[in-house]
Amino acid sequence: MTKPGGELTWKDLEIGAVMTEPGNASQYQTGDWRTQRPVHEHSRCIKCGLCAIFCPEGCIEPNEEGFFEANLFYCKGCGICARECWTKAITMVEEE
Amino acid sequence: MTQRVGIEVSRSIAIAVKLANVDVVSAYPITPQTHIVEDISELVANGELDASYIPVESEHSAMSACLGASAVGARTFTATAGQGLELMHEVLYVASFMRLPIVMAVADRALSAPISIWGDHSDVMAVRDTGWIQIFAANGQETFDNVLCAFRIAEDRRVLLPVMIHLDGFQLTHVIEPIYILESSEVDKFLPPHEYPLPLDPDRPITMGGLAPPNIYTETKKAQQVNLTAAKEVILQAWKEFGDIFGRYYSPVESYRCEGAKVILLAMGSFSETAMSAVDSMREEGKEVGLIKLCLWRPFPFAELRQAVKDADTLLVLDRALSFGGPGGPVASEIRSALYGLDKRPKVIGFVGGLGGRVISPSGFREIINRGIEISQAGSEQEFEMFGVRE
Repeated sequence: MTKPGGELTWKDLEIGAVMTEPGNASQYQTGDWRTQRPVHEHSRCIKCGLCAIFCPEGCIEPNEEGFFEANLFYCKGCGICARECWTKAITMVEEE
Repeated sequence: MTQRVGIEVSRSIAIAVKLANVDVVSAYPITPQTHIVEDISELVANGELDASYIPVESEHSAMSACLGASAVGARTFTATAGQGLELMHEVLYVASFMRLPIVMAVADRALSAPISIWGDHSDVMAVRDTGWIQIFAANGQETFDNVLCAFRIAEDRRVLLPVMIHLDGFQLTHVIEPIYILESSEVDKFLPPHEYPLPLDPDRPITMGGLAPPNIYTETKKAQQVNLTAAKEVILQAWKEFGDIFGRYYSPVESYRCEGAKVILLAMGSFSETAMSAVDSMREEGKEVGLIKLCLWRPFPFAELRQAVKDADTLLVLDRALSFGGPGGPVASEIRSALYGLDKRPKVIGFVGGLGGRVISPSGFREIINRGIEISQAGSEQEFEMFGVRE
């Protein structure tokens, strides 16, 4: 599978839809039904990483400057990171 | 040299499985399929067939073991009946979607409750939509031949689908018939060694039967539908080639004495042979009646059926299964649906009979045909009629 699942036609599938590429589940966008998303305010962030520890999806990682950010490809907008953040650096904003 | 021998039909299936040189058989014994798997286990035990025979604790496990065997590229066979087919049910869908060319003989049997070990098509109709190729045999020779054809069809690269060969429980499984048993060298000419294109292999890891989220599931089902429908051409080719080599030709829809017939009866399996006698005697009396034997159930032979009934006014369909609270028998229902869009089509009249092993004799088929003619003229208050039921 070279294309993401959502772009494959029925003709692109292998025999029996066998998956020949290991780990291709990571290409599946699981965050597309989110109703709100976390916005990280870097001026308040102390880089403690508690949001990443509590994230049930494991989709929060530090960026190049060490600030933690949610990967919106997978984030489902549960809001646990915002609830747990010591410094209230994360706000949940409604998706348009 | 091909020998014609008197042999129980079940035992001839075991010989066909041996001639096909299968690698793995996994089965659970259930009446009336028992003789098939008993004979195969003996052939394996005494060294006549070099295969693994996997005894299991249920049909669910039998079909699951067949999945695994077929997935590594082994030629795989099993057999079941009635409740056993029902217990396999969920695994049947897995076999067809994963494109595993398993061959299964089904000794068609009624479903409980009440307990009936005898034949009808309730079990078959319950697995209609599992995505398997389904072929009905009307006699011992057809059963033997079609088991061999089934491997050829199933394993064809263009198909790679599991195949069920249906034979009526007891009325076929337990009768002794004269059957031409082919020589191994002849079978080898028709059935090449099995080479599965994408098997489970540690050197080439793949995932079979993985998760299909909503963004791809529909595409997988479209692929399955196209694949099963297209299998018909390969089935026709295999039957043609079988006929060219061995002289016995098969087709999806067989017409018997339908020339000029305004009234045609359609039946499946062994009952179609009995119905032939009724048609013969009515033809002798000058009545313009004919018979259609529906041999290929999936993929459904739309074109062949439409062609076969195009000149008839009335088509009587005998079902050996009942869709409770519905339009009657599942076969009649599908045939009505297949013909509905045609400008000129026969009136389809459904009968349900032969349930739980009850025999319909040639005189019974005459009654069905005569009653069908009455209904076609005067109508009926019911959606369908149950033949032979005591009121």
